[in-house]
Amino acid sequence: MLRGGHWTAAIRRCLAASVLLVACAAPALADAPGAGASRVPRPTAATPGGACVEDTAFMRRNHMNLIRHQRDLTVREGIRTTKHSLANCVDCHADPKTGRVTGSRDAFCEGCHAYAAVKLDCFECHADRAKTAATASVEKAK
Amino acid sequence: MNRAAFARAEARWFWLLAAAGAAVVLAGLLAAHFMEEHGHVVTGMDNQVVWGMPHVFAIFMIVAASGVLNVASIGSVFGQAVYKARAPLSGLLCLALLAGGLFVLMLDLGRPERMVVAATHYNFKSVFAWNVFLYSGMFAIVAVYLWTLMEPRLGAWSKPAGLAAFAWRIVLTTGTGAIFAFLVARQAYGSALLPPLFIVMSFAWGLAVFLVVQSAMYVWNGRELPAPVARRMRNLLGVFIVAVLYLTAVYHLTNLYFAKQVAFVRFILVDGGVYPLLFWGGYVVVGSLLPLVLIYHPRFGRPRSMLAASLLVVAGAFALLYVFIVGGQAWPLDIFPGYRTTSSFGDGRVAAYAPSVPEVLLGLGGLGVAFLITVIGVRVLHFLPQDDLRPAAEAGKP
Amino acid sequence: MSAAGPSQGAKGAPSGGSAAASAASVGAHRPKHVDHARRQILAWGAAMAGVAIAPGITLFDLAHGRPPAEPASRTKRWGMLVDVNRCDPDCNACVTACDREHGLPAAKTATSAQWIRKVELTDMRGRKQSLPVMCQHCAEPPCVDVCPTGASFKRADGIVLVDRHTCIGCRYCMMACPYKARSFVHEPVTGQRPDVPRGKGCVESCTLCVHRIDRDQLPACVEACAAAGHKAILFGDLNDPASEIAQRIAAVATRQLRADLNLGTGVRYAGI
Repeated sequence: MLRGGHWTAAIRRCLAASVLLVACAAPALADAPGAGASRVPRPTAATPGGACVEDTAFMRRNHMNLIRHQRDLTVREGIRTTKHSLANCVDCHADPKTGRVTGSRDAFCEGCHAYAAVKLDCFECHADRAKTAATASVEKAK
Repeated sequence: MNRAAFARAEARWFWLLAAAGAAVVLAGLLAAHFMEEHGHVVTGMDNQVVWGMPHVFAIFMIVAASGVLNVASIGSVFGQAVYKARAPLSGLLCLALLAGGLFVLMLDLGRPERMVVAATHYNFKSVFAWNVFLYSGMFAIVAVYLWTLMEPRLGAWSKPAGLAAFAWRIVLTTGTGAIFAFLVARQAYGSALLPPLFIVMSFAWGLAVFLVVQSAMYVWNGRELPAPVARRMRNLLGVFIVAVLYLTAVYHLTNLYFAKQVAFVRFILVDGGVYPLLFWGGYVVVGSLLPLVLIYHPRFGRPRSMLAASLLVVAGAFALLYVFIVGGQAWPLDIFPGYRTTSSFGDGRVAAYAPSVPEVLLGLGGLGVAFLITVIGVRVLHFLPQDDLRPAAEAGKP
Repeated sequence: MSAAGPSQGAKGAPSGGSAAASAASVGAHRPKHVDHARRQILAWGAAMAGVAIAPGITLFDLAHGRPPAEPASRTKRWGMLVDVNRCDPDCNACVTACDREHGLPAAKTATSAQWIRKVELTDMRGRKQSLPVMCQHCAEPPCVDVCPTGASFKRADGIVLVDRHTCIGCRYCMMACPYKARSFVHEPVTGQRPDVPRGKGCVESCTLCVHRIDRDQLPACVEACAAAGHKAILFGDLNDPASEIAQRIAAVATRQLRADLNLGTGVRYAGI
């Protein structure tokens, strides 16, 4: 089907070169942390006062592992400790004005996830509101 | 037409066909995206009929995939030279149809993005979990088998590879039938007869698909299938059609002996509306009796009759699967034998189901995947069966 | 705690008495030179302690008092007993309560989730009855057998659940369930109850209000039925011979739905 083997070889070489170029340039093009203004505004991740159950650096790296482990404990074994439970996180981190952790760039979960471009699908199922706000709205409906 | 012009025209036709196939696949992907975005509420499936048109297409393709490999098995395992020449094409079709069937099944899932979960969490009591290995193993085994067939140095290995592929596909088709056989509570399913029924269905439908593709390839290449080969394959198709009719009849007749099953059998065969229509009209008449006439009646001995018979068998297959899958779910579960029931959840009521456009497009997308793989495969590699008989020009001579 | 056990309150006296009897029998095995006064104080003390703690023990028993860090255990087998004779054909309290508790849509369409439903039965002679049908929490659940990822599972204490983190939405369990107990979520969900995460693309069914019973409360349908004045649904530990549900099942003729399938359901029915 393809005519002229030297054309295909040339095309292949160009493709390889461009891929290599982009791969090498990517770190230089990316924003170094804290260096200059970034195109995407940094999240504010406002949280009402108080300390989190683990320290911030640890949470930044590991919150997903904690949540994933806790979900198996809770669902499969019925262990309902609250320290690492998602509902507890939401209760504490919910924006005091809206009662939610999603819904805007300033919301706690959605803000950082939007910045880091990591899909956040917990709240497809889990309530993204603090318990008091959620229960209040249900009570109103009753 | 001289050789160069033929090659150019052929190339153009190839790209046209490939583009058409790709367009159908794209339509299927768009339909799947639409379903995933909005949820299955946009389909005709609901809490009563949970498996619909996509599953009709998918199960046809998977059953036909394992059955189309039969042609190769008759060659490699049972040593029939005529079939051995057709083994590579049969292997390619197996891969293509399996890919198409899995395309539909995986995209119809409520959460298709959880493929990784399906690949890492297994409950081995479930036939579906076994199917993950059976289907992926099928790809690997058939790929190896094709390699032994097409690589001259590996010719000696084609028999053990063919045997492995044959055994694997029997297990796979048994597993497909077992999906339904293991459903204890539904009157349409839960029968040990289903795995053998699926195996003979795979024989019939696989051979029918093979004959359709083979006819198309021969027409494309301006060749004619040698009469003795055509006769053998035609007769084989006839035998398989009768076998499916037999097991289907046994399935329904046995059910008639169970008082609790009689109402269900009457629903499927007599007064269920679209289901008896599809069963008798679609499967029995169009999908079995008409092809048998085309195959065995002395008036119809031409290749065109064989192609027509094969296409009718495929149509009948879709009709039978629709009745089996959708009709089986439309009939209400008998939770309270001896009582009439009503509820807000459809208890005691025959469920209504109407295929929706996204479902049909997704199913067609699967067929498109199979088509595309076949078109590209036969273009790139040598799949046209090379019979060791006199060329077609002399076929008319006694 | 006080709301949790209206049917268990009457058991205070028997267990108090048995505590005293056991204390006395312990005393009877001591050597003959024992101080009688001491023995009597012990016996009375034990009896009073028994009477004092007994109500707490019985409520504790119903509510199982499992601390949050402790996993569910196989010693319990949660179940329900539905007295069909008490079920009012015009009452939908259990369904409404379930909908509200779990944030299920009130409108009942072919694609909306229904975890519990009222079924109206008419027998051959035209006699009508109604009863609620929900996940039967079988001991041998067909849905658990067929789930490819193991998302459909049975918890140690007998509750059959769907782990929505693992569910891929294949709907095989819906095909397998003899009671049509499962629903598929056909649309995106918003406004979920915090205790009941649910979303598009997964299968779900009655959880026996696992989030409530783990908090020592009764399932919503049980509570609503009692509040509506029918008290047709009884909830408790089938493994505990002293629980009211176990005693009732031992005393009254009850049956499982589709008993011929031998699934060992946790939900039993009396009166059909």
